[in-house]
Amino acid sequence: MHIIESGNVAAAWGVKLSKAQVVAAYPITPQTPLTEKLSELIESGEMKAQYIPVESEHSALAVCIAASTTGARAFTATSANGLLYMNEQIHWAAGARLPLVMCVVNRGVGAPWTIWNDHQDSMSQRDTGWIQIYACDHQQIIDTVIKAFRLAETVSIPVMVCYDGYLLSHTYMPFDVPDETQVDRFLPSYRPERFLDPNMPANFNTVTLPESRPDLQGEPAPGYMEFRTLLHKDMRNALNTAADIEQAFSEAFGRGGDPFIEAWRCEDADCIAVALGSLAYQLRDVVDVLREEGIRAGVAAIRIYRPFPDEAVFRLLAGAKKVIVFEKALSYGYEGPLCADIKSALYAHLSSLPERPDVQGVILGLGGREIKTDDLVDVFRQSCKDDRASGKTKWLGLAQKQL
Amino acid sequence: MQAKTSILSLPEEEFIHPGNRACSGCGLGIAYRIGLKALGKDTILVVPPSCLTVLQGLYPIASTKLPCLNVTFASTAAGATGVLGALKALGRTKTTVAAWAGDGGTGDIGIQALSGASERQENFIYICYDNEAYMNTGVQRSGTTPHGALTSNTPLLGKLQQKKDVPSIMSAHGIPYVASCSAAYPLDLYDKIRKARTITGTRYIHIHTPCPSGWGFDPKYTVKMGQMAVQSGLFDLYEIENGQFRLTGPSAKLMTTGKMADVEDYLKSQRRFRILSAEQISQLRQQIQTKWDGYRKALS
Repeated sequence: MHIIESGNVAAAWGVKLSKAQVVAAYPITPQTPLTEKLSELIESGEMKAQYIPVESEHSALAVCIAASTTGARAFTATSANGLLYMNEQIHWAAGARLPLVMCVVNRGVGAPWTIWNDHQDSMSQRDTGWIQIYACDHQQIIDTVIKAFRLAETVSIPVMVCYDGYLLSHTYMPFDVPDETQVDRFLPSYRPERFLDPNMPANFNTVTLPESRPDLQGEPAPGYMEFRTLLHKDMRNALNTAADIEQAFSEAFGRGGDPFIEAWRCEDADCIAVALGSLAYQLRDVVDVLREEGIRAGVAAIRIYRPFPDEAVFRLLAGAKKVIVFEKALSYGYEGPLCADIKSALYAHLSSLPERPDVQGVILGLGGREIKTDDLVDVFRQSCKDDRASGKTKWLGLAQKQL
Repeated sequence: MQAKTSILSLPEEEFIHPGNRACSGCGLGIAYRIGLKALGKDTILVVPPSCLTVLQGLYPIASTKLPCLNVTFASTAAGATGVLGALKALGRTKTTVAAWAGDGGTGDIGIQALSGASERQENFIYICYDNEAYMNTGVQRSGTTPHGALTSNTPLLGKLQQKKDVPSIMSAHGIPYVASCSAAYPLDLYDKIRKARTITGTRYIHIHTPCPSGWGFDPKYTVKMGQMAVQSGLFDLYEIENGQFRLTGPSAKLMTTGKMADVEDYLKSQRRFRILSAEQISQLRQQIQTKWDGYRKALS
């Protein structure tokens, strides 16, 4: 079924088709229409789930954590400061290895207050142990939500599905709503091995010592560090699982692509732009313009950001002369976090590279600052032409007089 | 009205293993043991960081024989909400959900989630054990620490503010059942939790749990301390059922006999109150008098 709807409604449809059993949320712009839609679907009986209108984002994720530990499939969504308010719970959910799915409708964070889009909110949560996937359009939003549940439940790691506030959340686009029976086959119901059950009492998330300690049978049980190492190891392996799930999805629904990086005109590209979310699709137009000028440009959308697909990044970018990372987030006092990750991936595989591409970071669009395609063309063209990257982060669209 | 439980009719089945990590003479130890008997086998517990986390033991060994979910400090009531939501979604609705938190986790950091859940009338029993400070982290003042008590962060002057009345705050939410209990009167506690189990909606139970190490008394006097708090009219045992206030057990007897012990004996027997002046003690006597005058008026 093809419909024309907003990105938030696409996400809500994804949650409905995934048959989430517990939904808890607190309203925050621009996430609100997503949870409004879910409450409507649940109140009308169209979706069978418990909707819990909590008093804070901290509680929203607490409800999902407890519901998931009790054995139900749980979902929440938030944006910006709401996500930051959840921070403690975000770490907790990953540490407890719960297969939650959360939509992060990306928005800049205060202070000062802003409600418009950038990626600082989800980027600030990249080291919490959650898988992070960025959607570029509405089709990817609905499909990614469904795939996210399967991925989360396969690897026992929670997944954030991130998409741009307003640019995707509030704009209308056509997309296909997958068939329910097919989704049921692709995503069977959630059946955890262990859950809260009076018939088999167990104490979940109890105090764990630094060192390994024997259990009642004398068998060594993990210490805190083993638990964290296992999370890291399973996170790395989740890349393979994500690839398998992408394959299964493509076979079932006839669409899909590379789960790690979506490349556009990169085959012979000397100059590749890297970006997350809707910006990567906007950059496709820029690439087309530059191609007409004879510049061999391409663009790469990083889809799965944690675990970082460093080998795929390396394979795609190794042949380029220039890599320009466009991003809507900052690691204050250094550079854009994605730019640092790209450099790190290239450096890690340096021994097999004859020549390392120059990497140029560009920061843009913070707090919803408009990103004009003409400006992108200019900065992309200039960066392609520069002999060597300056090493300094470029800023696009700044009002210089005010600095 | 249900029959009063006696020491002979108390169930023998234990849900807490002996040899747990509670301090000797821990008031919570008594309340937890009796409270779990009242909650019964078909119960899921939700516990935030507190002395109870320590009591329950370290991974991979646990001292509680009921399923228990440890949650973050501020999220106890939200955690209980999530368990309930999932049980409802899964059709496992007979199980009792009980949150069990300390006074700081309830009246301070946890109050937002607790207030939210109470407003939504989530169908759980919330039990707060009030040892009147942050005992797990080394005796720092909490909202429910009494006026004048020395704690490790009110070390010289004692707490300057009054004790926060959490049961009254809970009662203001219009929940169907609020009760106060004491670890020193375990059968009263048992009966109140049993009664709470028969009621639907958010139920709140506040237990006074003397703490030998935090309050500064010999561990053998835990029950005595709890009894002195009640007998002096300082901490009262009552129920608020559908808005109806009723004193219970020894507090009800105190109302009838009027034989209230002097609060000074209670204060003098604990190191935490050693700097209280005669004037402060006299003010406290006055506060108790005013509170009980209020009870008399409300009950007449």
